[in-house]
Amino acid sequence: MRNCREITALVSQGLDRKLSFGERIAVNLHVMICSRCRNFQNQSWFLRKAAQRYTESLQNRLSKKSPND
Amino acid sequence: MVLSIDANSTHDPLTEPVLAEHRPVLFRYALLQLRDYDLADDLVQETLLAAWQSLANFEGKAQLRTWLIGILKHKIADHWRRSAREVYTSDFELVDGEDGEVDEEAFFTCNGHWNGGPTTWNDPEAALKQQEFWAIYEICHNNLPPKMARVFMLRELVGLEALEVCQETGLSETNYWVTMHRARLRLRECLEIRWFNRIKQEKSDA
Repeated sequence: MRNCREITALVSQGLDRKLSFGERIAVNLHVMICSRCRNFQNQSWFLRKAAQRYTESLQNRLSKKSPND
Repeated sequence: MVLSIDANSTHDPLTEPVLAEHRPVLFRYALLQLRDYDLADDLVQETLLAAWQSLANFEGKAQLRTWLIGILKHKIADHWRRSAREVYTSDFELVDGEDGEVDEEAFFTCNGHWNGGPTTWNDPEAALKQQEFWAIYEICHNNLPPKMARVFMLRELVGLEALEVCQETGLSETNYWVTMHRARLRLRECLEIRWFNRIKQEKSDA
């Protein structure tokens, strides 16, 4: 059985590469019973979304500010 | 654990539209460093023009985007030199201390269980709509050790593929996984403490 540290490492990697079948099973079973790792998983997805929103809003903010100032 | 890149562009003939496909990534890359929309736009334009004029020098074995980013980096470095900003540090100078090691230990006990660990956040979607949240987000990002912050930025904010980030920063694949894992652990903890716990507190006080 993988522990929380190993599971969160896999969750993190899962955002950047396709996990193997075995890895996915391990993660899915673990997050079913472990709320903290489940929170980590949701929050890692949230971090990705937030990063994209941040960049979009930065583009908007700077493009509005820039004409002739 | 093999990283692969969607390498379709390397086989296409190098036409203007193929170059232009990379404009959004190049633009984000420039904007996040320069924080100036028009300047970022100009340097990306110059980059694409320079690339177009020197296509003959492009060695097909390098990824097209890696090559373009290389040109853009030179343009940005030139800009800093011209404007005599001394804060510019090249990627190679960024070295994070032992700091990263220590904090991963702090997140987990020695047998790999959470030490504290993530609580459930109340309505994270709502946070995205609040100005104050973004100020906290910036603080948390800036609190990361410099190299970790750069790796995270290249992947999540600029939108490079993991393998491209490794090429850009000189990290091995293994170090890349470790760095991103730590960055996510740190960022989520910072947001939890500085934002989501405070929201909870305010709700229960009300």
